[in-house]
Amino acid sequence: MKKESLNHQHNDSPASQTQRESEKIIGEVTSSDYKYGFVTDIDTEVIPRGLNEEVVRLISAKKHEPEWLLDFRLKAFAYWKTLEMPHWAHLDIPDIDFQAISYYAAPKTKNAPKSLDEVDPEVLDTFNKLGISLEEQMKLSGIAVDAVMDSVSVKTTFKEKLAELGIIFCSISEAVKDYPDLVRQYLGSVVPYRDNFFAALNSAVFSDGSFVYIPKGVRCPMELSTYFRINAANTGQFERTLIIADDDSYVSYLEGCTAPMRDENQLHAAIVEIRAHERAEVKYSTVQNWYPGDKEGRGGIYNFVTKRGLCKGDHSKISWTQVETGSAITWKYPSCILAGDNSVGEFYSVAVTNNYQQADTGTKMIHIGKNTRSTIVSKGISAGQSQNSYRGLVRVAPGADNARNYTQCDSLLLSDRCGAHTFPYMDIKNDTAVVEHEATTSKINEEQIFYCNQRGIPTEEAVGLIVNGYAKEVMSKLPMEFAVEAQKLLQITLEGSVG
Amino acid sequence: MLTIKNLHASINGKEILKGIDLVVKPGEVHAIMGPNGSGKSTLSSVLAGNPAFEVTDGSVDFYGKDLLALSPEDRSHEGIFLSFQYPVEIPGVSMVNFMRAAVNAKRKYWGEEPLSATDFLKMMREKRAIVELDNKLASRSVNEGFSGGEKKRNEIFQMAMLQPRLSILDETDSGLDIDALRIVSQGVNQLRTDQNATIVITHYQRLLDYIAPDFVHVLYKGRIVKSGGPELALELEEKGYDWIKKEVDA
Repeated sequence: MKKESLNHQHNDSPASQTQRESEKIIGEVTSSDYKYGFVTDIDTEVIPRGLNEEVVRLISAKKHEPEWLLDFRLKAFAYWKTLEMPHWAHLDIPDIDFQAISYYAAPKTKNAPKSLDEVDPEVLDTFNKLGISLEEQMKLSGIAVDAVMDSVSVKTTFKEKLAELGIIFCSISEAVKDYPDLVRQYLGSVVPYRDNFFAALNSAVFSDGSFVYIPKGVRCPMELSTYFRINAANTGQFERTLIIADDDSYVSYLEGCTAPMRDENQLHAAIVEIRAHERAEVKYSTVQNWYPGDKEGRGGIYNFVTKRGLCKGDHSKISWTQVETGSAITWKYPSCILAGDNSVGEFYSVAVTNNYQQADTGTKMIHIGKNTRSTIVSKGISAGQSQNSYRGLVRVAPGADNARNYTQCDSLLLSDRCGAHTFPYMDIKNDTAVVEHEATTSKINEEQIFYCNQRGIPTEEAVGLIVNGYAKEVMSKLPMEFAVEAQKLLQITLEGSVG
Repeated sequence: MLTIKNLHASINGKEILKGIDLVVKPGEVHAIMGPNGSGKSTLSSVLAGNPAFEVTDGSVDFYGKDLLALSPEDRSHEGIFLSFQYPVEIPGVSMVNFMRAAVNAKRKYWGEEPLSATDFLKMMREKRAIVELDNKLASRSVNEGFSGGEKKRNEIFQMAMLQPRLSILDETDSGLDIDALRIVSQGVNQLRTDQNATIVITHYQRLLDYIAPDFVHVLYKGRIVKSGGPELALELEEKGYDWIKKEVDA
């Protein structure tokens, strides 16, 4: 599209201005000479709904996978067929018809909005409050744009820099092709397909995800974010991530996005596997803000995730930080297996539920090596008629001498119709273990709100401030650029929840 | 600036204020004294709009506006400031974030642009000097871990930041040692102009040695039963409240 033609438009409604603005950007990008600009290849293939062996074979074939990976999928599928959906969580999960789902990345173009005018104004409002750029807004809204509008040169520089250090950061599909030995060796080594119902399902049908390998002695100089991974837009509902940190390496990985992702898939079942070798450290941060359903509890994402890190080497460390504000149902327990001596596991979590959202989230710290340490800080915030549960397991194996765990588990209630629940489990098989557990439940204090009001701060902003203060201990663990957006997100999530 | 007429207010169905009348003009300092339970703190809460209290009758006019119809935050923007008797702690919320939210909310109300970070920090520096708070203030959480004296100084600091037209000091002297009392009073005096007014709520004459009132009112059983000049406070200090109680109850 040429820019000149835009000058002849005379419709001046704000909406058309926005559209014109975005068209202008596209126009500028496509007309300028971007060396790395390319046209996204939009997949229009759909496979019929339903899940059977044929479908699993078809997914593997479409992705041109090697035989061993097909075998992995088929074994997982065969095992999944023997399982039943788990119901032990404190969640009211509607029946899910697994045969009514299409298991191959449905094209996003079919019903995708053509411009920001067609996107839910509430979503746009959130984008603006978060200060997300127009180009990102379009990308997140699933608008099919012919130009890659991100600064391609930034991405390229980024990739080149990582390559110099020998760091591999690509989609898992690419990794299967380019680094089959690494993937074959480690895929399923932390979360085996037999782990649970959703892990088996993911292993059978996973669509795509990220692969990270940090070589020995390398400290990854930047936060790795899916945002910078080319082809990241279409990871789909069964995402699979594998991160391997070799001896003496360090990486900080950011998952997700603070904006509400447009997604038509209701069921999400992801797997994240992390391996930390001798003295390696992995920091994994998530901000999850998928569609939580409307104010009456209709719709919303069901998020059943299996995340686990293996501290394989001595003195290794894995740290999970999560800010969970989205999804209608969250079932998620990022865990650490502390196998290496002196290894350290950390879990910092803020989980916010509003309206009719339900969250059952927490962690497992499995102490196997000697002198292993773990810290759990969980801050639950419930509003509206939501249900928010912390579920955590601390296990100390017989050989895990001098294991230490500290658990702090706080719940903040913002309404009198919501629920906060705590399910701490302990399984201690070694007398030298020291395990501490602290738990508090409090209701938001009306005196605090009035104090803020008196100083001129309106109630919604006051709640945002108070809640962010409450969650500060966890928020401070997030990388800087993430933390600012996450703070705004907490505030936005709770809008209208008090008063 | 402020005209209170026949103000009645109750909490949990119990009437505390039973017809308050009071007129405050710019530049004036009014002291409200009275025995415990007379309704002094209720009056300050009602003027600030604390939702725990219900106004059952009467009117409050503030610069031509119906104060009782405004939300607590709009009352603040219009220039009402309450120095709390028991300032609330807000863990994890730094004073700098708290005050920036407050100052910018007020600026927004008056159609002004938010202050830049530089200008804001400069303003904080200037204003905290008035009550001798140190530079750690900005990063400390609101009132968390503050001593009694620091909390009250922090209230006056916030008053300096927000530049109210009417300040209500609710027992600001309670729990203060003599040094803190001096700092707080000097701060209040420094902020006085002929454009703003102060209502000082106190049990004791002591504070009025530092903050000289133009008028003294005695509140008893939810009504102002006696008004006078500064000499009334001295008389109360000397004779206590019993003679007034007797006069009223007779």
